[in-house]
Amino acid sequence: MKRSLFASGFAATLFFIAATAVAQAPKDAALEARLKALSEELRCLVCQNQTLADSTAPLAEDLRREVRELAQQGKSDAEIKQYLVARYSDFVLYKPPVKPTTWLLWFGPFAFLLGGALIWFVVLRRRRRGAVGTGQPEAALGPGAQSGLARAQALLDESREP
Amino acid sequence: MKALRFLLPLGFFVVLVGFLYVGLFRDPHEVPSPLVDKPAPAFRLAQLNDPAKQLGPADLKGQVWLLNVWASWCVSCRVEHPLLVELAKSNIVPVIGLNYKDTNVLGRRWLAENGDPYKVSVVDADGRVGIDWGVYGVPETFVVDKNGMIRYKQIGPITQESLKDKILPLVRELQKS
Repeated sequence: MKRSLFASGFAATLFFIAATAVAQAPKDAALEARLKALSEELRCLVCQNQTLADSTAPLAEDLRREVRELAQQGKSDAEIKQYLVARYSDFVLYKPPVKPTTWLLWFGPFAFLLGGALIWFVVLRRRRRGAVGTGQPEAALGPGAQSGLARAQALLDESREP
Repeated sequence: MKALRFLLPLGFFVVLVGFLYVGLFRDPHEVPSPLVDKPAPAFRLAQLNDPAKQLGPADLKGQVWLLNVWASWCVSCRVEHPLLVELAKSNIVPVIGLNYKDTNVLGRRWLAENGDPYKVSVVDADGRVGIDWGVYGVPETFVVDKNGMIRYKQIGPITQESLKDKILPLVRELQKS
């Protein structure tokens, strides 16, 4: 009797645990995933090279709590980010927004790449034209270089003759 | 044209050195606050020395005041504290303390030990008001004008220089207007 009572109580407890777990799991998992993704895009202001998700700083804990509460209130990701940007500036965003003050940041590297490609192209074309176009590249040289070239040629000729 | 070949890279180099030079003297831990020149975020918090009473920015309209964020666990607060005590003695501007993420017992003991420069200290035990004010590194000090607008934020401890060169001139100017 005692044993069966214990067993049924144990079973009931297990059932309750399982039931609540099943009931809460799907909704919470989605929220947790969303919170995790969101806090990975936000910067911890105390340890600045860590995301809000990674940081164990007390402020990061507070901000994670704040983000969780806002999400539970039904705020969208954009609204939550706006909330934090209003308090901590764009610095909290790991991915800075595209706006006139960040154009250099966003497009600067591409501008440099384009500039480099342009220089490369111009140099190549000039070199090719110099070699093929005139047929006589020595003519393009100054008189000093020309005499130097002649001397070099003479030396070469000399060394060839035994 | 030939000169350009040398001047262009030299120009780039000079600009780069300029950027690096300026970067040498900038503290990456100082994140400029977006709240400067915006209305001070509202709150109503219990007072540390008299929890039955509350205080908020609305009660301070019409005067220039400082909000100093402090805590008994904050090490650099000890550095700036003597300056605040001195400032309080001079009666130039009221300083309101925001006792940030602290306990009342420790907060009161800390003030008893180090002197209480605050007209009133209010209790922000869970740090929510701190988040509204964009606090991320205690101590921080805000200058609020007569209309309740934040006009300046000092991140980190107040120093003799920052008080003399920045905060006090600004307070005097705001008090005149």
